[in-house]
Amino acid sequence: MSLLPGILKGLATTARTALRPTHTAEYPDVAPDLPPRSRGVIALLEENCTSCMLCARECPDWCIYIDSHKETIPATTEGGRDRQRNVLDRFAIDFSLCMYCGICIEVCPFDALHWSPQFEYAEVDILDLLHEKERLGGWMASVPPPPALDEKSAEPAEVAAANKPARGTGLVGGGSPGGPGARMPRTVRPRPAGARGATPPVPEPEPPADGDAS
Amino acid sequence: MTLLEVSLRAASVLAAFLVLPLLVGQAEHKVMAHMQGRLGPMYAGGFHGWAQLVADGVKFVQKEDITPRAADRWVFRLAPGVALVPYLLALAVIPVHPGVAAVDVPGSLVLVLAATSVGALGTLMAGWASANKYALLGGLRAAAQLVSYELPIVLAVASIALAGSSLSLATLTDRWSPWWMLWQLPGALVFLVAACAELQRPPFDMPVADAELVMGAWTEYTGLRFAFFLLAEYAGIVVMSLLFATLWLGGWHGPFPDELGWLWTLGKGLVVAVVVIWVRVAWPRLREDQLQRLAWVWLVPIALGQLLLTGAGVVMGW
Repeated sequence: MSLLPGILKGLATTARTALRPTHTAEYPDVAPDLPPRSRGVIALLEENCTSCMLCARECPDWCIYIDSHKETIPATTEGGRDRQRNVLDRFAIDFSLCMYCGICIEVCPFDALHWSPQFEYAEVDILDLLHEKERLGGWMASVPPPPALDEKSAEPAEVAAANKPARGTGLVGGGSPGGPGARMPRTVRPRPAGARGATPPVPEPEPPADGDAS
Repeated sequence: MTLLEVSLRAASVLAAFLVLPLLVGQAEHKVMAHMQGRLGPMYAGGFHGWAQLVADGVKFVQKEDITPRAADRWVFRLAPGVALVPYLLALAVIPVHPGVAAVDVPGSLVLVLAATSVGALGTLMAGWASANKYALLGGLRAAAQLVSYELPIVLAVASIALAGSSLSLATLTDRWSPWWMLWQLPGALVFLVAACAELQRPPFDMPVADAELVMGAWTEYTGLRFAFFLLAEYAGIVVMSLLFATLWLGGWHGPFPDELGWLWTLGKGLVVAVVVIWVRVAWPRLREDQLQRLAWVWLVPIALGQLLLTGAGVVMGW
């Protein structure tokens, strides 16, 4: 008879669940409420791409195809040097191979690749999953703006860099004693005299001007 | 009884036989879904997936009807019919309204019990004829279950027959009084449990335990014959629920029995069917030995005690 409470509990649980609203999201009729940073598809901002090939090299399953050529830009000033730049001919991601790891997006130094939450691009033919750069560029429209930073998080790297005073102004740290143009004092690390592998106490042949204080 | 009346009654029983199990099946889809926090079928037919089982039926009809080469052909093909038709027979004798049953026979209680036992024979035939070890094991389990659970059912029903001193379902329902709900409560519980087991419904579905036996006796069946087994299961729920409603819950007894009697019977039957579904959702499957133990250690003694109590009550004139 010790079974009985458990049995009744089962009935009560199912009955309670039946009276509550269901969890079902009727997907084709109701758009799913996806969290920010959902990994739906990878979008390409072509203007940012320099054909550096980092994404294609880092891709674990080699599903990114990049073709590019160099173009020579004639010098704009008299006697100047001609410059060369990369022109992207082809950028394609094969989503039949992609495993959505996002390494290409992480590794891109110029923010040319972005996650889009759009996921409805199933195809009848697997070959159609190879998205060329036009199609990848089309996904950019569905890329959401980056979510706001969390409270108390460090400020973004580019903001921090922009706020940092220009070198040599000496405004930070209550004014350096060395006057304008002087650097902040470096931390002097005490170096044990007989440390193994340390530089021998012989004076260096050509010490740099203001490095290596000790 | 004219030929017209006979055919009319037969047609109405057939209609009920084809509609009520689908109703229970749809109720199972929806009730089970909501008990699991889902919605269940929502598309077929437009409104809350009301036509889901019709769509399933159409799908089953389109499937190929396969008979395994090693199977015992005639037995294999006959089994779904043997499983299905007895419930049609049982449904015909159940009274739904004062004085209204498709067939009014004196010993209708015995007929219903006999017919429902034959239904389980279909599973046994299917398991034996399939030439498949899983089907055979399922069939043997079904046979063991049938032997164990027929007895509590018969004893529980015998107690009601004793209390109403009749073997006719119509007479028994007529003599029913609300007092029976308390007096016959142990027998009612025994019947409900044993009926679930007789129908091989979870938590008593060891003969079709899909984790152990693929699909038990139904493993080799496809298409319409497989659908007949499913239909037999739901027809069985209808028959057992209506039987419980007429014997223990008083069938048409309720406000305005002369006008709304049929509605009372069907409503009570539906409530019992929902309980059968509820039990399926809430509880896990028993082990084979637990199943036998439940029958012989609990149900049979309780049913016997109920019979003793009823006998005493009848003699004392309660």
